[in-house]
Amino acid sequence: MSSLVLQMSCVAGLLGIAVLAIVLSRAKTSTTIIYCATTAVSLVALFGSIRFLVGEAPNASGLVLPVGLPWLGAHFRLDALASFFLVVVNLGGASASLYGLGYGHHDPAPHRVLPFFPAFLAGMNLVVLADDAFSYLLCWEFMSLASWALVMAHHREPDNAKASYVYLVMASFGTLALLLAFGLLAGPTGDYGFAAIRAARHTPYVAALVLILMLLGAGSKAGLVPLHVWLPLAHPAAPSHVSALMSGVMTKVAIYGFIRVTFDLLGQPIWPASVVVLFLGGTTAVMGILYALMEKDLKRLLAYSTIENIGVIFAGLGLALAFQANGQKLAAALAFTAALFHVLNHSFFKSLLFFGAGAVLTATGERDMDKLGGLIHRMPFTSFVVLVGCVAISALPPFNGFVSEWLMFQAVLQSPELPQWALKIMVPAVGALLALAAALAAACFVKAFGVTFLGRPRSTAAEAAHEVDRYSLSAMFILAALCLLAGVLPGLVIDALAPITIDILGGRMPIQADEPWLSIAPIAESRSSYNGLLVMIFITVSASLSVFVIHRFASHALRRGPAWGCGFSDPTPAAQYSAESFAQPIRRVFGTLVFRARDHVDMPAPGDVRPARLRIELHDLVWEGVYLPIVGAVGFSSDRLNRLQFLTIRRYLSLVFATLVTLLLVLAIWS
Amino acid sequence: MQMHSLAFDISHTLAGGLVLISFMMLYQDRLYSLLNVFALHAVVLALSVAWQAYIQDAPHLYITAVIALVFKAIVIPVALHRIVKQLGIHRDIESAVSIGLTMLAGMALVALSMVLMLRVTADADPLAREDLAFALSVVLLGLLVMVTRRNAVSQVVGFMSLENGLVLAATGAKGMPLVVEISVAFSILIAFIVIGIFLFRIRERFDSVDVSALDDYRGERR
Repeated sequence: MSSLVLQMSCVAGLLGIAVLAIVLSRAKTSTTIIYCATTAVSLVALFGSIRFLVGEAPNASGLVLPVGLPWLGAHFRLDALASFFLVVVNLGGASASLYGLGYGHHDPAPHRVLPFFPAFLAGMNLVVLADDAFSYLLCWEFMSLASWALVMAHHREPDNAKASYVYLVMASFGTLALLLAFGLLAGPTGDYGFAAIRAARHTPYVAALVLILMLLGAGSKAGLVPLHVWLPLAHPAAPSHVSALMSGVMTKVAIYGFIRVTFDLLGQPIWPASVVVLFLGGTTAVMGILYALMEKDLKRLLAYSTIENIGVIFAGLGLALAFQANGQKLAAALAFTAALFHVLNHSFFKSLLFFGAGAVLTATGERDMDKLGGLIHRMPFTSFVVLVGCVAISALPPFNGFVSEWLMFQAVLQSPELPQWALKIMVPAVGALLALAAALAAACFVKAFGVTFLGRPRSTAAEAAHEVDRYSLSAMFILAALCLLAGVLPGLVIDALAPITIDILGGRMPIQADEPWLSIAPIAESRSSYNGLLVMIFITVSASLSVFVIHRFASHALRRGPAWGCGFSDPTPAAQYSAESFAQPIRRVFGTLVFRARDHVDMPAPGDVRPARLRIELHDLVWEGVYLPIVGAVGFSSDRLNRLQFLTIRRYLSLVFATLVTLLLVLAIWS
Repeated sequence: MQMHSLAFDISHTLAGGLVLISFMMLYQDRLYSLLNVFALHAVVLALSVAWQAYIQDAPHLYITAVIALVFKAIVIPVALHRIVKQLGIHRDIESAVSIGLTMLAGMALVALSMVLMLRVTADADPLAREDLAFALSVVLLGLLVMVTRRNAVSQVVGFMSLENGLVLAATGAKGMPLVVEISVAFSILIAFIVIGIFLFRIRERFDSVDVSALDDYRGERR
């Protein structure tokens, strides 16, 4: 059975499970049955796509299904790029299903989640497999609507309705942009098959317009600033395993769309395109992580951090565009590999962290970090895996986040070889932005982990927390292990990505399997190399050694004494660092400019016994500067147009008549 | 060549006559006379279609001509006559816009359609070109009748004359299949029936077929 047929049968299986979920909706065992089934199907699809990607020379294969438009049919195709994204989708799907086996039992309304969950997975698989614009858009909308239904699953919670409305509006906007982009790509001949689009020549104007439309369409789904506004609202609103899928996987499907069009369908890129992508990527990375730092809701923090990672990936893609436009295949392959590697890594650790947030939510019912704390004693396993996720997303060795960011900076270091001065200046600047974002990300996740898991519980709910069930834990442990594995053995991943770069860019990185001792060398070993295994061994040995030394030579006696309260006589848990106080230095430095942050201190006069108050004022300038004016303009014009609802019949006729005459006049003058 | 030019002249005359009769419709302020002019309109249309059938050697167009003659020149005017009589509105004088202004607007519309059509269809068959230009004028004038009238019956007449313009355009172009014309004719018939029923409903409800009664009912001011 060919790999494509296998994938399509898995999609059919997922759709079948969705139907089954509707049938079983009220049954008690439905949660177990559905998640078991999706786990099994996702695993089959996962192994099928891995086998295709790393097997002997992945040959693209196509398939035409006689559905959809009568003269077009629905084309599907599996090539190296698609199979990589299938790995991401199905790995996320399998782990989320496994997690759902435990987590799903806490869901108050499983019948609102179960039918849409497999449908959402099927939609994401189909988008990646689609090979004509019509099926692509159809599957894209299917995916969006399924995820929208999942966002609306807990529709009675306040703000969820608003979140899903914003999501729906932005998703429609994105699809409109994609529709226009494909319309331009198909051109006057109107052949919507990807093969025909790939073969056609596109003028620079069309290519530039398509790039902008793709940045709007795929960028709004992926969460590029300033199109990100729906993401921190909608992702946290869904159940946690769905949040993990939306953040870890659906944003990647959007990136797949961007890569498919800009790298594959448009042909040879032009260098100014890369400037736009680089700029947007760098800005998004820094803005996303600054938003995350200001946040005290755990799931929203994770959603904002997704925006940062999307920025990093887009910056990598921008680098690849810049090098590819100048024919530097090796550097382009390096940047592209770094971006794809980060796609994979982000899907690992973001899913892991959302699962952790879901576990915290199950155990305490709280998402507000200022009501958590001290969970490391109550949920030791969850704390451990979340710590692994935090270390990985902060790009610390020996985990996977470090490798992809390191590769990204290796690509940035190739920028002096670019001929255009604009790029020579731009690329290091974007590199600096990425470095800033990486440092801020580390601070952000120190905050997220420290405030949530360390210290003392800030609420009774946090005090009464218990460890979560086996299934949730096993899903998290598998992802944590994958984070470590990809960090220690990056050469395997890089070599697996090589067929894609050969396919898309026509070049590849050096074969990493040939390097001794499992190290990786992006250009040549004389330039730079990294060995995750050595770093891990060094960290393990030195840490064990110091623990041993401390325990051997320091006092053996275990003493528990009162913590030093800095002279503060009544140390309540509320006196600990809170999420906001931890972020205060960064808010002072960056927030004053980016968020127009102001601290208002209300200090009572001496002798007055009321408490002093600190109020923090933050402005979301993107929301206030871009979206509120649009909302205002739409509201204003609809108020004006409202009158059209109450015209007389003759006036309606006159309107039609006037429109017709005006159009004829335009034609008469113009032609 | 002689024959061709004669054929051209005759069809040209008939189409031009149609435009002229459309103009006549614009200044009729009695319903009966409006209906009579409309019947004349339909007769000229039927003649024009029949002539097209003859010179294009397309026998199916004769069917269209017969349909136009029977339905539009006889059945519909007669039916409308009876409606007007039953409703007792044959003495109504009605026009929303002054006649002089309407005529000026009509001339502007005809000029627009001439300029447009003759320029757009520069390399088409001259016969079809003229025909299309006249047909567009008839359509626009029909719309003008609908817009400037207040009475529902005269709006129906405007609509029907607009449709005559469509038929003229369809027959002017060679190779228009019969089924299209028949379906257009039937849709017009159905529209006529629906509108006729509505007329009586409006009348029952408001004691008038002046559509401004509807507006008063909705609490609107004009």
